Amino acid sequence: MDRKNIKGFLEFVYDFYKSMKAHEITLVYEGEITHQITKAFTSLTESNMAKEEESNSVQKKVFHVMVECLQNISKHADSFGSDDFLFAGRGIFMVSKGDSEYHVTTGNVIENSKIEELSKILDHINSLDKEGLKQLYKTQMREGRLSEKGGAGLGFIDIARKTGRKLEYHFLPIDEETHFFVLTSTISRSE
Amino acid sequence: METIKIMGTDDTPTVILDAQNEIFEISGRSLPEDVTAFYDPILQWLDDYSASPKPKTIFTFKLVYFNTASSKLLLDILMKLEQLKESGHDVLVRWYYPEDDEDMQEAGEEYADIVDVPFEQIGYTLS
Repeated sequence: MDRKNIKGFLEFVYDFYKSMKAHEITLVYEGEITHQITKAFTSLTESNMAKEEESNSVQKKVFHVMVECLQNISKHADSFGSDDFLFAGRGIFMVSKGDSEYHVTTGNVIENSKIEELSKILDHINSLDKEGLKQLYKTQMREGRLSEKGGAGLGFIDIARKTGRKLEYHFLPIDEETHFFVLTSTISRSE
Repeated sequence: METIKIMGTDDTPTVILDAQNEIFEISGRSLPEDVTAFYDPILQWLDDYSASPKPKTIFTFKLVYFNTASSKLLLDILMKLEQLKESGHDVLVRWYYPEDDEDMQEAGEEYADIVDVPFEQIGYTLS
């Protein structure tokens, strides 16, 4: 970087910082999601929530949602602009905290061929009420094959049950073959 | 029979499977990096135990957290206990949950619905 670029970069850092503050983002990460990362982020968030005397039930909900979101990326994210499997299992992960709620947001690359099935699963979950979600969870646990990657859609059902809200998601086009899948979960801080 | 004793960590539960002293217990937190690798020896042990079980098997679950990947493996354990009961043995599941944790209580109720094994739900206070 020459002088001018360095200045531009430093200004970008400040803009980035301000943008994070404006969106009340307390944690942001882009990269490979490993088990170690999952443990580090959950324990960091747990200790922050404990410090702020968040209720047990809110702490547990945030913990549940974080674990399932992180595992979704590590098991299902596709690679970006490369066939190299080393680039799979990556994504962006964010936690933000407002006055009344927490948001846990993930974003990762997904191949177009998988979008239809994923939307179907998510829309089906969103069509169910509390009792319906409970029944679906039981059925999936009993019959859903745990693929070698684990899962069986249980994570999404669990997020919907723990938050008591619809799964908010969006697919944004990247190129001919892939989209960017964004999912955000909201946990209310009051009970 | 060999005894299984696994000390819990922040992502794996404590597991004690001791046929001689009749202690069958899983407690703590469960979100292992590889759920299948963690639970396979436990399921294997239950298969071996089922060949010559004690007259009464009281299995204790005292978990404070498990992820969805673990939930399927916990069901596999309960299904082994169901088989044991179906082959004519006395089986009881004691499901402990923190008093203020409705989700953990509900999880126990759901398992009790799925498998045909007597369940005792026990709330406790975290001190």
